[in-house]
Amino acid sequence: MSVKLGVPSKGRLMEKTFEWFAARGIALSRAGSEREYAGMVQGIDGVELVLLSAGEIPRELAAGRIHLGVTGTDLVREKLAGWEQQVEELAELGFGHADLVIAVPAFWADVDCLDDLDAAAAAFRAKHGFRLRVATKYHRLVRDFLRDNGVADYQLVDSQGATEGTVKNETAEAIADITSSGDTLRANHLKILSDGLVLRSQATLFRARRAEMDAGQRAAMANLSARLGL
Amino acid sequence: MTPQAIETQQAARLRAFFAGHGAMPVETGILQPAGTLLDLYGEDIRARAYVTSDALRGEQMLRPDFTVPVVQMHMAHGAAPARYTYAGPVFRRQEEDAARANEYQQVGFELFDGTNPAEADAEVFCLIAQALGPAPLRAATGDIGILLAAVDALETTAPRRAALRRHIWRPRRFRALMDRFSGRAPVPASRQAVIAGQLAPTGAPEIGLRSMAEVEARIAALREDAQAGPIPASQVALIDAILDVREAMPYALEQLRDISVDLPAIAPAVARMAQRMQALERRGIDVARLDFEASYGRSSMEYYDGFVFGFYAETRADLPAVASGGRYDALTAVLGQGRSIPAVGGVIRPGLLAELGAGE
Repeated sequence: MSVKLGVPSKGRLMEKTFEWFAARGIALSRAGSEREYAGMVQGIDGVELVLLSAGEIPRELAAGRIHLGVTGTDLVREKLAGWEQQVEELAELGFGHADLVIAVPAFWADVDCLDDLDAAAAAFRAKHGFRLRVATKYHRLVRDFLRDNGVADYQLVDSQGATEGTVKNETAEAIADITSSGDTLRANHLKILSDGLVLRSQATLFRARRAEMDAGQRAAMANLSARLGL
Repeated sequence: MTPQAIETQQAARLRAFFAGHGAMPVETGILQPAGTLLDLYGEDIRARAYVTSDALRGEQMLRPDFTVPVVQMHMAHGAAPARYTYAGPVFRRQEEDAARANEYQQVGFELFDGTNPAEADAEVFCLIAQALGPAPLRAATGDIGILLAAVDALETTAPRRAALRRHIWRPRRFRALMDRFSGRAPVPASRQAVIAGQLAPTGAPEIGLRSMAEVEARIAALREDAQAGPIPASQVALIDAILDVREAMPYALEQLRDISVDLPAIAPAVARMAQRMQALERRGIDVARLDFEASYGRSSMEYYDGFVFGFYAETRADLPAVASGGRYDALTAVLGQGRSIPAVGGVIRPGLLAELGAGE
């Protein structure tokens, strides 16, 4: 059996991951046609490439169905309870940078920090009769962050896409989302709270702590670690 | 017998015990409308309760506790005084510690009676203690009402008192607010600019449900707040002194009486604590060995607003409270649509009790 390495199956994340491994003498490639999610590994023995959606990689790591996986820190922390017990961070790959931030309408001149958000939420609830809505898909991370910072009178509403548009559409008053440059936020007339950084994320190589390995796999893993300089 | 069978049997025994002491057995649905619980507890409840839904009734929660449905039931058709008992499974999400149960039995006793709150507090505490029997448990007690009275008496503006009151159950935020209102922490630069009116126009359009008028109202409130002087250091020290009280109950009472000389507004709350202590003593509790901590129960459940207590396994620090309870007068006002009634109650986890018994 070979060591299974999970890599995002498309887009920039896949290309950058391939480049990162190539720079270390390991050539990853997609086999066959563009539509086929099978991969090839050259330059090292005993390693098998599994192409997956970046969002599924945390779950596959936790289940031990892959031994190694490349995905964003944000996804691992959002999807895996007690993530440190399930996976180990082996290397930050230096791309796929994104920050999970709390943002509010830019015209809210009175709100600059979480303390302001909390006070605004209290007034909002008193006036409108419901809690101030924060749209996000990162429920656990955002809830933990707001609780640790003592923000009350808010509620999370689920938004799996186009989260920046929810305020204009009046389905939320504030958002928590991933941003790399902040351009999309600005284009949607939103600003980031000065202390609203929930998490700094980047593409990271993770090892599954619970994946079982036989002697051959352990040898391949040791060889791979040495080649990657881990 | 399996642990589940023992737990269920214990639950039935405890419920029968409470029923034998005048409580009417009641049932509530396992599925509860999520709206009420979310409105009461906010997002935190989502992290602790299982939420499910259907197209007809929308979001529902697997009962995280019985208190809310029992209070609703009482407020809808009950007449005071009333005593209720219940037993059944409750469900709590566990995302950090796999060793903690996500489904367990809970048996409770709730007392709705406004005639003598100190007696009612003592009745609930003693019944729970009696029901727990000889298990090696340590009791902890507190009284959120004393801190609430102290906050209400602070020499500062009404909005500041309201802000502090709102965060009584979030100790870190409470501390941060005290630091700011007393001038111990600086005003953030961004807020200074807002107060001074030095904001460059954002040029950003007005979007979303929170209107420009609401933004302006808060800026006006911030400016008004900036006019208010700091909360005097002496008052901050009194709040700190209250929060530091941690003693056997009679000594704690003495300390609080000393504090109430400088802060007379807490005197009624302290007097109620004294009455409660006497009531506990009359019922045979050794109050000299009963711990009292003024900040106890602050970080657990919002809406406990008076006497609070918990029973912990002395030999098993890893276990959560085997029993807990308290006074929740404000909760009945929130759920009572205009009506309210003083209420106090407590719950036992028979599964934990059985586990302790098995260890002996």
